[in-house]
This record gives sequence, structure tokens and C-alpha cells, in this order.
Amino acid sequence: MFCIALIASVSFIGYSQECNNVLSGQVIDYHNKSPLDSAYILILENQLETSTNSEGKFRIPNLCSGSYTLEVSHPECSTVLMSVQVNGDKEIDIKLEHHLEELEEVKVVGNIIRDKTNSAQEETLNLNTLENYSAGNLGDALKELGGVSSLNTGANIVKPAIHGLNGSRVLVLNDGVRMQDMEWGAEHAPTLDINSAGSVSVIKGASALQYGGDAIGGVIVAEQANIPKRDSIYGKTMLSGVTNGRGGNVVSELTKSYESGWFVKGQGSYKRMGDHEAPDYVLSNTGVQEIAASLQLGKHNFTWGWDARYSYFNTEIAILRASHIGNVDDLIRSINSGEPGIIRPFTYDLQNPRQEVTHHLGKLKFYKRFEGLGKWNVQYDFQSNRRFEYDIRRGERDNTPSIDLELTTHTLSTDFKWDTKDDLNILVGLMGRYQDNFANPDTGVRRLIPDYEKIDFGSFLIGEYRVNNQFLLDAGVRYDYNKIDALKFYRTSRWEERGYDEEFQDLVVEDLGTQLLVNPILDFHNISATIGGKYLSFDGMQLKLNYAVAQRAPNPSELFSDGLHHSAARIELGDLRIENETSHKITTTLEKDFSTWGVLLEPYANWVQNFIVLEPTGVEFTVRGSFPVWEYRQTNARLLGVDFSAYSNWTDNWTTNHKFSFVKGQDTATNTPLINVPAANLRNSVSFSKPKWNGFEASLESQYVFRQNETPDNITVFSPQQQEDVVLEINTPPDAYHLLAFRSKMEFPISNKTKLTTSLSINNLLNTSYRDYLNRQRLFADDLGRNITLQLKLNY
Amino acid sequence: MKTIKNILLLAFIGITFVACSSDDDVPEQINEEETITTMTITLVPVGGGTSIILQSQDLDGDGPNTPNKTVSGNLTANTTYSGSVVFLNETESPAEDITEEVEEEDEEHQVLYVASGSITSVSYDDADGNGNPVGLEFTIVTGDAGNASLSATLRHEPKKPNDGTLEDAGGETDFTEIFSLTVE
Repeated sequence: MFCIALIASVSFIGYSQECNNVLSGQVIDYHNKSPLDSAYILILENQLETSTNSEGKFRIPNLCSGSYTLEVSHPECSTVLMSVQVNGDKEIDIKLEHHLEELEEVKVVGNIIRDKTNSAQEETLNLNTLENYSAGNLGDALKELGGVSSLNTGANIVKPAIHGLNGSRVLVLNDGVRMQDMEWGAEHAPTLDINSAGSVSVIKGASALQYGGDAIGGVIVAEQANIPKRDSIYGKTMLSGVTNGRGGNVVSELTKSYESGWFVKGQGSYKRMGDHEAPDYVLSNTGVQEIAASLQLGKHNFTWGWDARYSYFNTEIAILRASHIGNVDDLIRSINSGEPGIIRPFTYDLQNPRQEVTHHLGKLKFYKRFEGLGKWNVQYDFQSNRRFEYDIRRGERDNTPSIDLELTTHTLSTDFKWDTKDDLNILVGLMGRYQDNFANPDTGVRRLIPDYEKIDFGSFLIGEYRVNNQFLLDAGVRYDYNKIDALKFYRTSRWEERGYDEEFQDLVVEDLGTQLLVNPILDFHNISATIGGKYLSFDGMQLKLNYAVAQRAPNPSELFSDGLHHSAARIELGDLRIENETSHKITTTLEKDFSTWGVLLEPYANWVQNFIVLEPTGVEFTVRGSFPVWEYRQTNARLLGVDFSAYSNWTDNWTTNHKFSFVKGQDTATNTPLINVPAANLRNSVSFSKPKWNGFEASLESQYVFRQNETPDNITVFSPQQQEDVVLEINTPPDAYHLLAFRSKMEFPISNKTKLTTSLSINNLLNTSYRDYLNRQRLFADDLGRNITLQLKLNY
Repeated sequence: MKTIKNILLLAFIGITFVACSSDDDVPEQINEEETITTMTITLVPVGGGTSIILQSQDLDGDGPNTPNKTVSGNLTANTTYSGSVVFLNETESPAEDITEEVEEEDEEHQVLYVASGSITSVSYDDADGNGNPVGLEFTIVTGDAGNASLSATLRHEPKKPNDGTLEDAGGETDFTEIFSLTVE
């Protein structure tokens, strides 16, 4: 919370050179203008002090003329310094910010990141942790948090999953902008540079309605660090070197700020790695290159301000060569052989298959506070996401992408927060969005995702009510409207096989013989709501209970997918008939801190009606052989889980941390397990820290990932090569595994404002061979072997 | 001053929003360039006789329809046949000859033949720049009368040289078909 004092009115009552001036005035709440009693005022120059009476008034007599510095403090505000020019008697109003959020301040002592919700399960990664993952990616860092896992395609494509759900069910907010980066694809990772964020919070559910109503999994909120309102210039440069991939990255940023509220911040990063390595072999074609930069400027004052930000992100990711296969026999061969079909010497080259994604984000935000009323925000953002996917192709087509999509999004949003009442905050907002997807026909490959235009409209109302100092209630409701207007070519044979010729024949625009041009226009209305409460007991216990209902409209992949995925050797089929899904989620949080230890227990239950799943339903024969067909269909699902964490400070130097996450996913219509539900995961770490030894810290972490015993059944397919039905073991989970990681850190002050931080970390210390159930490449190759990272950070 | 800034800001937002009004362009149709719809194997008996044509055709590519298989007749016992194979993309008009692409990139391709029953041997009659078989030209020899099968598989980026089995060759299957034949 920022308590900022302002001089609003200055009046000269008299004029005197002598030391008999009187400084008087009133300390009031900025928001509701109520007087603040017991505010303490100290004049630093002469150590004169006073405090306000029940009407918030104060009086300091016998002052000489001159300029003074006042220190104004109040039990519920941080101390404020202000300068006053005294030439005769003077009366001033001092306004302090004093409202509901003060309770949060008590809770997050030492933590500058404020919770986004009152009663939902929420956790935050601070800058230190993010910096540990500087050469990695966002998804890896988020796995430090309870209940967060990831769906990987190799080491470079890491899709965060919250409480077992990923993709379109997880929203990513980048500095207040909802990312529009084709999150519908399993092999599409968030296009967000981890080095550009100052903190990342995860809300494990749909309770943060201001960000969107469709967060059935949850919301990831990446935010910028606050820039102080003073004249300063500071920055950092960070260099990481990693052994696995034989590369590293460099990050640099510089911030200039002014007392007037102006600021400008620039940041850039570059990452380059070659092939990664499993303990026994090179994972051929798994290199990566990433370039990101951002520029931010603006003026922030307490009463109003604006900022503009542009960020650029470009990544080129090579996909494991052995994971690109021709047909079901090739897949069987890969699964049975136990090691990748193609192992080549290490190289930095990024060959096909590979993907290249570029994301531009521009944002313009303005805010204004109205005295005695609240704060108004308005924001416009623009995003452009361009995705190329390059396949192994015949002829001279290696440099022609097989997928070339351009997604352009414009969003205008505004909200207003009434925070004048001590016990009630109300936030209302409106959002309008226009999106255009263009699938470039130059690929020479039929479009997996069609051209479409999408219009979204959203509105929400959220309230927080403080019953007393221990008990807070919150509730919210949100309505979203989505309209998709697509133009898609269907193969006539597919159109008829789907039965669309009976239901949707009126959508056909043009019949081109073997293909049909179709114009589906689909509308979705979604209503989301949440209600919850938080109870804080005096002995440091916190209890939260939250219920959220959320509706999500199907994404373009679920509606329109229609084609062969080589990386998975499957035909994926969307369905025009898919409707929105509805989630009912109940979460509770029980947190208790004792003097030397603490626990956090977070159980949850999520029931999803019309849950959209992609699962194998049969086999189709093509000239390439047979392929399992994966169809999107709707069912009912139930996810039950619990996240547990505990810490203990054994001595001043020794700390242990313990975390356990477990989730069970069930298709309640068929009573079978859901696919891609993370396995139970146990993490224990022991840390030693000795600040006197140049801030020395070291920790050893053990991670045990259980075997996922609950998976859907394998499917039986006809193998043309073997001329018989064979079991395709695509759902067989890999064994449990145990990994050790070591990390150490030291700090060396170079000068008053310059500090060098060095850190050494080793992942997979014992070079264990393992495969993870949620890595889509587990069918083809082992996961990463030992990786040593050396990091140098210079703060200046 | 503040007000002016606000107005400018809002005006900017408004203009940007209007500037991106929708355009309802009809997308261009894509005919898949790399699709192989048809494989035709011609078996010519050495020393004369009726040629046998084996064909597999799937005009909707990766679509739901299954490939259509035809065999023009029965093979003659104890005969050597000189074989050749042609791959076509018949979704284009005129049909595109994919065999040419295979020839141009012969080091990255191989047609693998696996025979059983009354076909006693299969041998390759062509070679790429490294002296490894490509499989566009080949020879089969029939044995005594009976049933036989012949499978032909076009692999992209197989291991070369290989022992002639699909397992050893690896790579990605671009086309595969198995024909049931009668030798009389």
C-alpha cells in the first residue's frame, strides 16, 4: 500500500519574520475524506512533534520562517515525508491513503506484491525465483508453485497447467494484457519472456473475474516491478551459461525514474542453445533461440498517470527430429525401440521440424483517481502473433512453413474501482476485443486452423466487503459474449463423414468439387460468478473458502481442427457442434504460521460440465498407412486435488521446505480417468543460508514424481505392416522418477550501488534417465540429463 | 494540460480501433502440393506376356475415405517380372508426377518392397548417388502357383544403406500399400 501525502490547499494567513508562526491543519483520508486521528507529525529539522486529535487536526506553534520536512505517520500507513515552506501562519491538509487494502499489507509483510483476489488460492513467484530460471522459461519456473505442472513438448515448449488443466483454460496476463498467442495448441507455449516480468502470480481458479471469465484452470499474472517515484537510474545485467544445450543467455535492463513521476525502462534478452542431451544420447534437433525486448515509459502520479509499453518476443525452437513420424507403424516402432530413431552428433543448428513464433505487444494505459470516489483505468492493447511451423517436406519446401498463422488482436478495456468506503470496494469493468486470424495459403498445406474473425465483449462487477478486521467477503459476476465468424475449406468427404451435410449445409458458401467453402458464424454467451470469504485469526491462522462458476467458449482448435499431426501421428478433428463448458470449482485454503514453522493446505474440487476432451476414437486409413483419429468431444469431468506445503526454520541458518501436490481427474460420464492429468509430486528441500558470508545460500532439493497410475486405456489399431491389430501404447505412463537439484548463491558488493551476485545450480544432479508423463516426447526419447548453470548478475 | 493529454489519448485509441475494421476477404483455396494420391506399380514379364498393374488410389488424401486398391490380374508362376512404380498427386489437374521429386531426392527416399508366399525374390534395379537402392525400378521373381503378397512402402529419410526391412530402414512413411496376389 502506498500512503502518499499531498498538499492540496495552501493559504497565507499572515506574514512574519519572527519565530511565532503556527503550522496547523488536518490529516484526512484521501478516499472518503474522513479525518484520521492519532496521526503522528514530526518536524525533522527541530524535532518538534504532535499528533492529530479525533477530528484529525493538529497545531504546531512557535515556528520560525523557513522550509521544513514533515514526517507524517499513521498506524495503518507507511511513513510519508513532505516539505513545507513556512512564512507566517500556515494551514495545510494532509491526505493519506487509508482503505480496505491495509489488511493485505499486514499479511504480506516483506512482500510487495498484493494479492489479486481475496479468497481464491493464489501464489506468487518473486523476482529472485524468476531470475533462477532466466535461461529457462516461464513454465519451468511456475512449477515451483503448488498445483502447477506443465504439458511439455521437449524442454523448450512448456505449457503451464494449473490444477491439471492447461491451454485455453489457463489465461496468461502480461502486464495487464491478456495474451492472445494461439494458446489452443498443445505444442504452443506462452510467448512471454520470463526475464521481462518482475513477479508472476498464479490464481488457481476462475475467481479473478477482472481478467476473464473462462479461466477454468486458472490465471497467470506476470507483472512489472514498481518503479519508484524519485530521481534515480538503475539496472541489471545477467549472464547465464548452461551445460545441457551448451549455451546460455544474457539479460539487461535499465530504468530511469524521476521524482515528477516520469519513468522509462528498457529491457532486452537473448538466449541461444544447441541440442539438449539426455543422459545416454543427444536429443537431436532440440536447440532454441530466443530474442526479447521491451520498452516502457510513462508518468505515474497518485492522482493520475499513464504508461505505454511495447514488447517484442521471438523464439525459434527445434523439435526433436525423432518425434516426427509417418504413420502408426512408425509410432509403434518408436515406442518399442526405447530410444530415438535418429541420434546425430551435437549441433547448434535448428533444423526441421521447428517452429518460429513472433509476438508483438503494444499497450497504452491511463488512470485517474477521483477524490472521494475511486480510480478509473482505461487501456488499449494491440497484439500480433505470427507462427510458422516447418516440417520435414519433400522437394525444395524445407523453407516453406507448413503452418503460417497470423493472429491480430485489439482490445479496449476500462474499469472503475470505488474504494472510498472503509469496508467496501467495488470494481466494475468493460472489455471489447476484435481478433483476426489469417492462415497464409502459401504453405501449400491445407489449413489446420481457418481464417476467422472473432469479437469478444465482457463486463464484470466485483465487490469486497470487510465485515470486521478478521473477516472479508467477496463476490463477483461477469458476462462474456464471443462471436466467431470463420471461413473454412472442408474436404467434401470430411464434411459428409462428420454429418455436417445434414445439419450445416446452409453454411456452405461455395462448392469447389472436392472441397467446400463454409462460413460458420458461432455465438457464445458465458456467465461466470464467484463468492468467497477470508478469515484471519489473531494467532496468525488464515482460512479461505471460494466458489467459482465459469463458462468457457470452445477455441478455434476445438471447433475447426481437421488434419493430420505428424508430431503425434494422429488425425485431429474438431466439431462445429461443440458448446461452451461450465466449471464449478470450490477451493479452500488453510494457512498457519507458528514461530519457527508453518503449513499451508489447499484442497479443491472442480466439476466441469460439457468438458471438452480430445481423445482417440478410431482409426482412419490413408495412403501413408493408418492413423488413430482423435476427436474433440464433450463429457462431464471431475478434478479433485490437494496441494500441501510446509516449512521449518530449524536454526537461524537451516530451513527445510516440503511440498506435495496431488490431483485425480475422472470422466464421470464414462467413469474413466482423464488424459494428461499430472502425477503426484513430492518436493523436499534443505537450505542453508549465512548472510554474513557474502549472503551465502545453498540448497539441495529432492523431487519425487510418482507414476500416473490412472490413465485412459490404450487403443488397438490395425498395423498394415504387421497385418494385424496391435495395441498402441500411447497412454501407458512412464515409471516414477526421482531427481536431485543443487543451488548456491553468493553476493559481492562492488561499490555503494553496484552488486555482483553469482549462483551455481545443478539440475538432475545424478544424471538420472527418466521420462515424464506430461512430456509429449516421452514416446520417443528420455528427458534431460544433468544440467549445470552458472549465473552472474550485476545490479547497478 | 492534463485534459488535453486525456483527449489525445482517447482520440488515439479511437483511431486505432476504427483503423482495424474487418475486411471479409474470401480465403484462397489450397490444393495440397505434397499429397500423393496414387501409386501405380507396373509388372512387365521378362520375355513377354501380359503386364500386371497394381494400383492404390486415395483421392481425398488424409480425408476419411480409405484408399482404393486394384490388381489387374494374376501373376504367372516361375516368371521374372521387371517392375516400376509411379506416384501421382491427382488432386491437381493435370496430375502431378511425384516420382520426379523422389528421383531428384533419391538419396533421401527409398521404396521398400516386402514379398511373401509365391513371390520368391525382390531385387532393386536402380541406385542413388551413393550406390544405394531407390526402388523405382525393381525385379520380382515368382515361384510355384499359390497366394502371394507384395507390399510397397515409400519412405522419406530412411537409413541408407539398410537391410531391406522396414524396421531397419526407419524414416517416415509417405505411402504404403500391401497387395494380395495370386500366382497361377
